[in-house]
Amino acid sequence: MIRLSEIHKTYPARRGSPAHVALRGINLDVAAGEIVGVIGRSGAGKSTLIRCINLLEVPTSGAVIVNGVDVTALSKRDLPLFRRQLGMVFQHFNLLSSRTVYDNIALPLELAGASKADIAAAVDPLLPLVGLEDKRDRYPAELSGGQKQRVGIARALSSNPKVVLCDEVTSALDPETTRQILSLLRDINKRLGLTMVVITHEMAVVKQLCDRVAVMDGGQIVEEGSVDAIFSDPKHATTQSLLADEFLDFRPAHPVSNPVEGA
Amino acid sequence: MFATLAPILFQATLETLYMVAAALVIGTSFGLPLGVFLATSGRGELFESLIFQKTIGPIVNATRSVPFIILAVAIIPFTRMVVGTSIGTSAAIVPLTVAAIPFIARIIEGAVREVDGGLVEAAQAMGARPMQVVTKVLLPEALPGIIHGLTLTAVTLIGYSAMVGAVGAGGLGDLGIRYGYQRFRPDVMGAVVITLIVLVQMVQTSGDLLARKADKRNI
Repeated sequence: MIRLSEIHKTYPARRGSPAHVALRGINLDVAAGEIVGVIGRSGAGKSTLIRCINLLEVPTSGAVIVNGVDVTALSKRDLPLFRRQLGMVFQHFNLLSSRTVYDNIALPLELAGASKADIAAAVDPLLPLVGLEDKRDRYPAELSGGQKQRVGIARALSSNPKVVLCDEVTSALDPETTRQILSLLRDINKRLGLTMVVITHEMAVVKQLCDRVAVMDGGQIVEEGSVDAIFSDPKHATTQSLLADEFLDFRPAHPVSNPVEGA
Repeated sequence: MFATLAPILFQATLETLYMVAAALVIGTSFGLPLGVFLATSGRGELFESLIFQKTIGPIVNATRSVPFIILAVAIIPFTRMVVGTSIGTSAAIVPLTVAAIPFIARIIEGAVREVDGGLVEAAQAMGARPMQVVTKVLLPEALPGIIHGLTLTAVTLIGYSAMVGAVGAGGLGDLGIRYGYQRFRPDVMGAVVITLIVLVQMVQTSGDLLARKADKRNI
């Protein structure tokens, strides 16, 4: 469904700041219907990585293949049409404060030029799916964080995409709301057969939501595998320390020896 | 006495309203796109155009730094070219508009810059074309700020419109100078001042009301 091959991204030097290499040769395959997590600490490059998939960031080199098409070659005119096939959910929701819940969810369809009737046909069934029937005509300012994220999810689904990109979608939410949002996403993935790429810095999110996970550090994928394999036998030091941060009883089965100590 | 004063005061108020409204409408139709472009033409932004940023910014600043009364006199040849005369209420609309355009542009620029960049990114991720980002996201989200700014512009223009009395326009300022000052009629001066105060209050109150109605960020 999605294939990233040899993606490099370098931000050129500006007055006052040197060039910054964000991604160094990323290779990642995401199969249709699969939920793939990308985990890493801040600055690892995971946000840049997910933005390369819908070309909010243009890779310096490498190919982004979605549904068999190299989308880095798309013209400025065709790029919006491609993006309409992908949904995206954001950490800070990014809802329009001037629009009601219904109108926020309708926005992607409006942008695509859908008729009022088509919009209603797409948006009306989404409201119960995300549990917001009674908030239809409310404004985002009247909603809780979890409810806002439900609107964000419904909005990402309204244009009937095949792929949904999730960028730290639970990082601004409390633990209970996080669990609800993750199970909603899991449920949607099963029901609609969606492919999802999930960016997070929390192993708990990976554990609850993902099928496969890629661990990032310093702009590279340092370890990749099924969630079960990564949790039971993490090989890379970054993976081990990410696990140790959250699961206090975690002890690596095969600890990576410190090269200095080992010498 | 009031019977003779009332019609000229009414006439002058109408002239002021006509000048201000015309300058506001024409000024907005030029200032709005200019302001949006100023806010979105920076590096890596929606309509990146560094040449535009480097040339239009200083021109806008230059226009804004000329005192209005000087501007009104300095552009008399231009006014004559546009309206055919440099005297009268319609002629006064030209300098008022020329002063309003950069003022409005900076205000719109500020209001548009206030919009969270995440919303622009979200719209682009949904497949919005650049113009759609402007019409569906930036302008609706900036609307409360834009209304506040246009209210401020209207109040400023009421003040400016009193000054164009000096270059032969009609309106309340003209009435105040010719009757109130030059003919020593403190009653006329008083009436002009009170009318101006009432006018400004009405504009400000209705602007605040509209802005509050448009603002859905705190419900």
